[in-house]
Amino acid sequence: MKHVRSISEIGTEGVVRILRTARHMEAVNSRPVPKVPALVGRTVVSLFFEDSTRTRISFETAARRLSADTVNFSVSTSSLNKGESLRDTIETVSAMGAAVFVVRHRTSGVPWQISEWTDASIVNAGDGWHQHPTQALLDCYTVMARRGLDPSPECLAGLRIAIVGDSRHSRVARSCLEAFSGLGAEVVLVGPATLLPPDTTSWTVSTSTSLDDVLPEVDVVYMLRMQRERMNEALVPDLAEYSRRFGLDETRWSRTRPDTLLMHPGPMNRGVEMMFDPSSTTQSAIIDQVTHGISVRMAVLFELLASGDEVPS
Amino acid sequence: MSLIVRGGRILDANAHADSGRPADLRVADGLITHVVEPGRELPAADQELDASDCVVTSGFVDLHVHLREPGREESETIETGSRAAAKGGFTAVIAMPNTEPPHDSRIVVDFVREQGRRAGLCEVVPSGCITMDRAGERLAPFAELQAAGVHLFTDDGSGVQDAQLMRRALEYSRDLGVTLAQHCEVVSLTVGAVMHEGSCCSRLGLPGWPALAEELMVHRDIELCRLTGAGMHFLHLSTARSVELVRAAKADGLAITAEVAPHHFSLTDELLSGFDPVFKVNPPLRTPADIAALKEGLADGTIDAIATDHAPHAERLKEQPLDQAPPGMLGLETALGVSLTELVDTGLMTLRQVVAALSWNPARIARLADRHGRPVSVGEPANLTVFDPTATWEVDPSTLASRSRNTPYRGRVLRGRVRHTIYEGVAVVVDGEAIQ
Repeated sequence: MKHVRSISEIGTEGVVRILRTARHMEAVNSRPVPKVPALVGRTVVSLFFEDSTRTRISFETAARRLSADTVNFSVSTSSLNKGESLRDTIETVSAMGAAVFVVRHRTSGVPWQISEWTDASIVNAGDGWHQHPTQALLDCYTVMARRGLDPSPECLAGLRIAIVGDSRHSRVARSCLEAFSGLGAEVVLVGPATLLPPDTTSWTVSTSTSLDDVLPEVDVVYMLRMQRERMNEALVPDLAEYSRRFGLDETRWSRTRPDTLLMHPGPMNRGVEMMFDPSSTTQSAIIDQVTHGISVRMAVLFELLASGDEVPS
Repeated sequence: MSLIVRGGRILDANAHADSGRPADLRVADGLITHVVEPGRELPAADQELDASDCVVTSGFVDLHVHLREPGREESETIETGSRAAAKGGFTAVIAMPNTEPPHDSRIVVDFVREQGRRAGLCEVVPSGCITMDRAGERLAPFAELQAAGVHLFTDDGSGVQDAQLMRRALEYSRDLGVTLAQHCEVVSLTVGAVMHEGSCCSRLGLPGWPALAEELMVHRDIELCRLTGAGMHFLHLSTARSVELVRAAKADGLAITAEVAPHHFSLTDELLSGFDPVFKVNPPLRTPADIAALKEGLADGTIDAIATDHAPHAERLKEQPLDQAPPGMLGLETALGVSLTELVDTGLMTLRQVVAALSWNPARIARLADRHGRPVSVGEPANLTVFDPTATWEVDPSTLASRSRNTPYRGRVLRGRVRHTIYEGVAVVVDGEAIQ
């Protein structure tokens, strides 16, 4: 594959391939020295037009474990603040020999625009409300790992997954629903109508405005981060009211099945969508998500730059 | 200056047959001096134009172009825009007022008209603002601008949001003999909007521009016309429901007219799936159902005119992220080809209906019917378009006369191409190439 920009672009086949490779990467990561020379001499450039320290660090750690060189192009101190265009920036950094751009931008579609101006591979680390494919991949990996499943095109069949919160403005929701349903899971988006996508007919998902109705019947509860600026747009009355309807507290959580998984892409808004400490339940997979992020991002970089090579063992 | 156009078929408002009637014609000193049966002898002329396989019509009139001068000459000038217009078969264009400074004073509209005259490729008719600085707060001086040759007033680029102010604009201008034209968009519903609100925008994670934002203002203005007894022209309608509202208003006898842009009846919101800002336009590209309704509206006369909303933008501006890239697409040089391909080749409309929507209907709305959209007969002003309705060509942005390259039709094969354009008796386009 040339780019990892969206789940639909790599397709179920690509998702399964990356998940399989990620297993080998997880084996690498469990060694005393978790490093292999697979990508020696290749440069991975982080291009974050929007701050996200945890995602950037996860990618850079993944790149280093494969022995790639990493460059962090910090936009806040760059010439983009001096009027340089996006295109000039990409062409300049590209000319320095980048093999992969890991791109985060506040506007949907930027990873596609950028790929017109460089031969490097693009990994979308989040574009607007659109996609964040490595998040969805690591989430699939986490569900599979917790359920003891092997990567295959229908490996999540029979599972029902609720994505709870502001899916309208969420790239995580869009990526996850496509990845989960691509692997056979049944996805329900839960939230007030103002925070659901205006039209869901292009996906195979259902929607619900009642968390309480959905909780007892799902295998995974995937909580989204509720952003405070949504209050200013009159999408919900206030955070307290949002928490009352869609926040997860111990009482609500106790109504889930004993094997239901709790997930969250982070960073959590404690006291808003998360009203109890998830580390208090063994059903929480939130820390696993972070750990698996490294293996999955290693797999993505490996598939882009060394696909066909023998996976390091 | 005199010229002869030989071998074509004349198609005008008086034509009986849709294919036109074969005739040769001679033009001298800006007027049509002879219309004769093919091959008949004509007095000598300075120039002879071959019109075989072509239709000869009154020149096209574009109610809606952005020529960017003054203020945004990086994207277009009145000269380059005029050249694009002439190549597209237009002998008159209405220049929209959202320049910098805008068309709210005599000095600006005089400048625009004069730059058009200097280019000499088509008549550039400035529109005027409805409100000062297009800010939607105070009315622009309609009568003063009218005295400077402005017949159509609009705040295009934005709609007049305040219903009271719009009511007053209609009442105040009602007896002046001008046309008020509205860009229909209730902006509280389109904050940050990039594309049509629907399943595609939901999938792409882009803020949506709901059809309702247009339809609410169409509905409001129809009711304001009913209240005030004034008339109104609707710019670039894009939704099925807007067409229905206008159809009903016309049936009620209101003096409403409407236009549609070729991109709105040929392209859908799905084109944004590749995130190319060339497909960002305001109002946005919509759905196949809207396209069908717009075509039906054109065919049954609900929509009077095809207007391009030609909106050039320099490449660097269109290379920005979608939220920052300005909306708009080129239209002048592809309007005929898109219209014939989408409307005539499909059997929805006759050639004569399409020419009506490109020439005499908009000439009437723009109040230019004394010199544009006239019958092709002796004594009439020689503002003429000669086009081959069956010639196919592929759109290559690098060959366009516009200073910008933001055509959404790159690589598309269109049927129907302008061969010659005659403006005030001068062949400004000959064999598809503009003079100078």
